[in-house]
Amino acid sequence: MGFNVYMCGVGGQGIGMLSEVLLRAADHAGFRVKAVDTHGLAQRGGVVVSHLRIGDDVFSPLIPEGQADLVIGLEIHEAFRALQYMQKLGSTLLFYHACWQPLPVRLGQDQPLGLETIEDAAREKRVRVFIVRDPKLTDSRMQNMVILGQIDRLQMIPGISKAHYLSAMEDLMEGGMLTENRGVFDQNTTA
Amino acid sequence: MKSMGEMLIREVAFSEIVMGNTALVRAMVEAGTRVVTSYPGSPTPEVAEAIGSIPPEKRPFYFEFSTNEKVATEVAYGAGLNGHLSTVFFKSVGLNVAADTFVQLSLMNIIGGMVVVLGDDPGANSSQNEQDNRHLAMMAYVPVFEPSSPTEVYRYYKIAAQLARDKAMPVILRMTTHVCHAKERVHFDAYRPSPLDPTPRFDPANGPYIPIASAVFPMKRRALERLQSIAALADDADWHKFIDHGNSELGILTAGLPFLSAMDALQSASRKPDMLNLGLVYPIPRKAVASFLKTHRRVHVIEELDPILETAVRTIAQEEDIAVHIYGKTITEDWIGEYTPDKVKRILQRQWPDLYGETLQETPPHATQITPPVPARPPQLCPGCGHRSAFYAIGKALQEKDITVADIGCHTLGFLPPYRIGQALMCMGASTGIASGLSLFQSERKVIAFLGDSTLFHAGLPGILNVLFNRHRITLIVMENGTTAMTGHQDHAGSGRNFNKPTDAVSIRNLLEGMGVQYIFETDTYQQAVLTDLVRKALDIDAFSVVIARHPCMLKFMREKRRKPGFQRMRVSIDASVCRKLYECVARFGCPSFLREADGSVRIQTDLCIGDGSCVQTCPAGAIRKPEIVPSSEAS
Repeated sequence: MGFNVYMCGVGGQGIGMLSEVLLRAADHAGFRVKAVDTHGLAQRGGVVVSHLRIGDDVFSPLIPEGQADLVIGLEIHEAFRALQYMQKLGSTLLFYHACWQPLPVRLGQDQPLGLETIEDAAREKRVRVFIVRDPKLTDSRMQNMVILGQIDRLQMIPGISKAHYLSAMEDLMEGGMLTENRGVFDQNTTA
Repeated sequence: MKSMGEMLIREVAFSEIVMGNTALVRAMVEAGTRVVTSYPGSPTPEVAEAIGSIPPEKRPFYFEFSTNEKVATEVAYGAGLNGHLSTVFFKSVGLNVAADTFVQLSLMNIIGGMVVVLGDDPGANSSQNEQDNRHLAMMAYVPVFEPSSPTEVYRYYKIAAQLARDKAMPVILRMTTHVCHAKERVHFDAYRPSPLDPTPRFDPANGPYIPIASAVFPMKRRALERLQSIAALADDADWHKFIDHGNSELGILTAGLPFLSAMDALQSASRKPDMLNLGLVYPIPRKAVASFLKTHRRVHVIEELDPILETAVRTIAQEEDIAVHIYGKTITEDWIGEYTPDKVKRILQRQWPDLYGETLQETPPHATQITPPVPARPPQLCPGCGHRSAFYAIGKALQEKDITVADIGCHTLGFLPPYRIGQALMCMGASTGIASGLSLFQSERKVIAFLGDSTLFHAGLPGILNVLFNRHRITLIVMENGTTAMTGHQDHAGSGRNFNKPTDAVSIRNLLEGMGVQYIFETDTYQQAVLTDLVRKALDIDAFSVVIARHPCMLKFMREKRRKPGFQRMRVSIDASVCRKLYECVARFGCPSFLREADGSVRIQTDLCIGDGSCVQTCPAGAIRKPEIVPSSEAS
């Protein structure tokens, strides 16, 4: 059986880097992987989604609805959206507690989303929810590394371990950028 | 860190995780492609990013972003006439722009060979339609290869390039959005660089290259004969794949990404149909298809967008008198949207209900109804975007009855609330023509057209000239941000740089003046009151008037600024004691950095605010404090 990781957030949150690290980590771990980012107008504050599919019997890079074993959200509304459409019964949701209010909320047409709404919906789907936030983080673009650290700490993707995540990061970053991202990652793998 | 540029020109065979667009560039390198051209458009910009990762001095081919897809096609064609293997790539609707040239290509003897790479967009992820470009390919007698994965992108480009060169003809590689962006490990062959032969081999004797009147017929005959020769090769070539599930009853004939979707959709089928996956989709391999039809009693053509394979397959069955039941598109929805695994499964379940047995008829678990629905998240202008200030200011100069016509680009997003500016949209450069038509027989409703700068250079000029030529009384607002922002900040003729080196920037003002535009106003859009005033003035003129509303793309500007040493983050703040909860910032200026809290207060989303301060002037209560430096210790 394969393992599907569905990542979601808002354009500008660094989901591209996170998905690329997970893809390469899975590859380093020796799995057959397929992935795709869907980002029509991502840079303009729209929804960004990334699919990662691990396993030998995977063909399309797109995860079918309701088939995500792990949903990773970088933003609360998008995490909730993914919970509704993508999450498998009894699977796991990990999201960063950031809020980029969608337009209808800012226009006063929709209510802001509260944590309890997500928790209720998760209960209904028997989804385990992990909410992370690093109050010490000074650069919001590294929220993805907080997430990555937690994925490793909680061993959320079977068969992928810290060494694989580190190799993947080294494939993609160098110098100060690697040091900084590595620092955030390390703090979160143990915290 | 792995270097993409180094990898793309590595001489030994290797494998790497790449997206389809990157695999394409490696294939170009290995195939000996010498000239590549493009105009930016999703889903293809990453092709140029991969090309750009190869240092210019090591790049084995010339690349340029041309001013539009038609020019790009012509540059690649011209290079092909000199004997260079060339390639042009662009998005789906780019082929409409290129069409006048494209439809002629197959008539020509392109001695270097030419590959046309299309980024089609089923699902209209980032396009104004989801047109099926196989229609245009058929109209122009150009063969089409359709890869389903990055591995096949790499493989089929090389095959297309070889055929194009061997037969001195154009060949299409038709990619779709999620083939362009799919990532997987691809195994690449060795690359043997060959020295560039710069000899200009153009010779009219290789032609004729003049398609006029009856001279067209022999050229057309040759185009058709070449197409037939490709069809003849296809029967024995390795351009299609039969997947044997030992099923003599059911077969699925498919191509491209829908092949992978079907393979996924069949995972839970009680009995899997055999599959025939076509790499060459036009012309289709006749013998292979006929044999597939003969050996299965029921064949389903799973095909995204329009029934082109289906029609060809039905024709073969009829001509060869094959007794087979062919299933294809039946309901309107079959023509619409991307063929994802979910969609293919729904189609199969509908048409072949026995395929999944009874157990899978139940409602899938994800359909659990959960309330409330999540608020929609339409794309929007970035924090600090000059277009936001422009729309906010322009809106104050407009009357409710005025008509605004948008064009393609970031400014298109002005149609969304709270601005609602740009009430009609068509395609690149269409705004001034549409606005001119709207202005006929009437003067009580002002008509305002919008154009971005890259679009103005791309296809905007003929419409502007027509306004002058026919004396239409409209106002044009040029939303100038100095770059091709929506597709990832590619330089254009007004940027002062092309893909390869600095160049003289074309001034839009000079261009318009040279064309004879008499009333030109310009301002930076952050000068909101000035802009409102200029638009009012322009609208009062009973002739063609232009307002250049200028501000650099702040996404690009901030990315560059962040990289500089000593960069300090800035942001605005709200003085809660002054805020009267008028929500001008949140709901009318509409910067996403302002949040409306459940208790009615307004808060700054500190991750988003870039401290540009364009909002400060919008608060009637004066509650937004000027941008201040964010202390480095402070958490985001």
